[in-house]
Amino acid sequence: MMWSWISSNEGMIWQETYETAYLGVVSALIGLVISLPLGIVAARWRWVRPPVLTIVNVIYAIPALALFIALIPSLGLTDTNVIVALTAYSLCVITPNVAAGIRAVPPAVRQAATAMGYGPLRRLVTVELPLAIPVIIAGLRVAVVSGISLTSLGQLIGVSSLGFLFIDGLQRSFPTEIWVGLVLVIVLALVCDLVLIGIRRALTPWASRA
Amino acid sequence: MSFFSWAWDWITTSANWHGNGTGLDGSIPQQLLAHLGYSALPLLIAAAIAVPLGVFTGHTGRGAALIASLANVWRAIPTLGLLVLLVVLLGFSPLTWLLPLVALAIPPILVNTHEGVAGVDRDVRDAAKGAGMTAWQQVLHVEVPIALPLILVGLRTGAVFVVATATIAAYIGLGGLGRFIIDGLARNEYGPVAGGALLVVILAVLVLALFALISRLVVPAGLRKQERSE
Repeated sequence: MMWSWISSNEGMIWQETYETAYLGVVSALIGLVISLPLGIVAARWRWVRPPVLTIVNVIYAIPALALFIALIPSLGLTDTNVIVALTAYSLCVITPNVAAGIRAVPPAVRQAATAMGYGPLRRLVTVELPLAIPVIIAGLRVAVVSGISLTSLGQLIGVSSLGFLFIDGLQRSFPTEIWVGLVLVIVLALVCDLVLIGIRRALTPWASRA
Repeated sequence: MSFFSWAWDWITTSANWHGNGTGLDGSIPQQLLAHLGYSALPLLIAAAIAVPLGVFTGHTGRGAALIASLANVWRAIPTLGLLVLLVVLLGFSPLTWLLPLVALAIPPILVNTHEGVAGVDRDVRDAAKGAGMTAWQQVLHVEVPIALPLILVGLRTGAVFVVATATIAAYIGLGGLGRFIIDGLARNEYGPVAGGALLVVILAVLVLALFALISRLVVPAGLRKQERSE
């Protein structure tokens, strides 16, 4: 380890860390916004579920590098390319959880809401979705953590992130640089994960603290 | 031109199927076979380690917390970074690509096997014990068959992951379909890049289909009926 390299390249390291966080978090959030209606539809109508789950499984199996490449003709070697690809993956992990979370609401709770005069929309927004939060956030956590780690592959098509430290470190045979990138990607992913756990606790004060 | 027309043109160019016609390392069939080998070997080693281990931890309930955190950390590890680090530290050797591929394929298999076996109904375990089964019989004839759908999900996740990571390992010099992608990118030729990527996608989807078929064949009929009625 050459510790002095870290301090003399601090600016660049922070810049790449920010870029990695930006790409990973933005795509997971866009994925969440699209997954909510998709998951709600899949939870409501039984026949929608099998095709949605199959499509989601197939998309999720596409290797990230191949997806980046497939998007090059339309989106070029840009941030947008990586964001679109990572959004597709986050859809795949969040949508099934939205559907599962809503379906797991106990029938008695649903009936109680109806008995209190809640219409379907009000029941969905104020009863079913809040109860589904832990499952939805579990999906979001997977999306954010894997998104941040996959962002580094974008460097192979020239989209800058902490992946730069891997490629540059290999070209210069410089382990320090690679170690820094590796540790920062993992730490960044786990920090985002902890933040989401915190958000879940804040949003579901009725749940057990376990 | 779209991705598919680039990829299709390159894949259907007959020169790319013979000898050195690609102008890159190896022909399509050679690299396809190499890719299969580079994916199958680590998957088999990982399965040989992770399935028995997951059955053990699931049956005994030991190490559950450790396995739960492993599931989480696993997704955070950037595979490119790990591969590159090993190459710089150790130089390119079978150890450099095989070790990380095996190590990274273990968590999904281990976690799912553990969850599957640990999730077997208390009553079912008691019934097996009450029927006079030995511990081995309980594990092999009751717990593993019931856990099979999840074990297969773990193996499928591991397989898809290994196919993708073997592609990335081309960046540190491994053969396989990733060669077309990495070399094509280095030369600014989109044809082999698109062709290689499409072949990798096809391979990954075939892996999914293969596992769908396997689970149809080996999952006990009673369990499948339960899934459908659920």
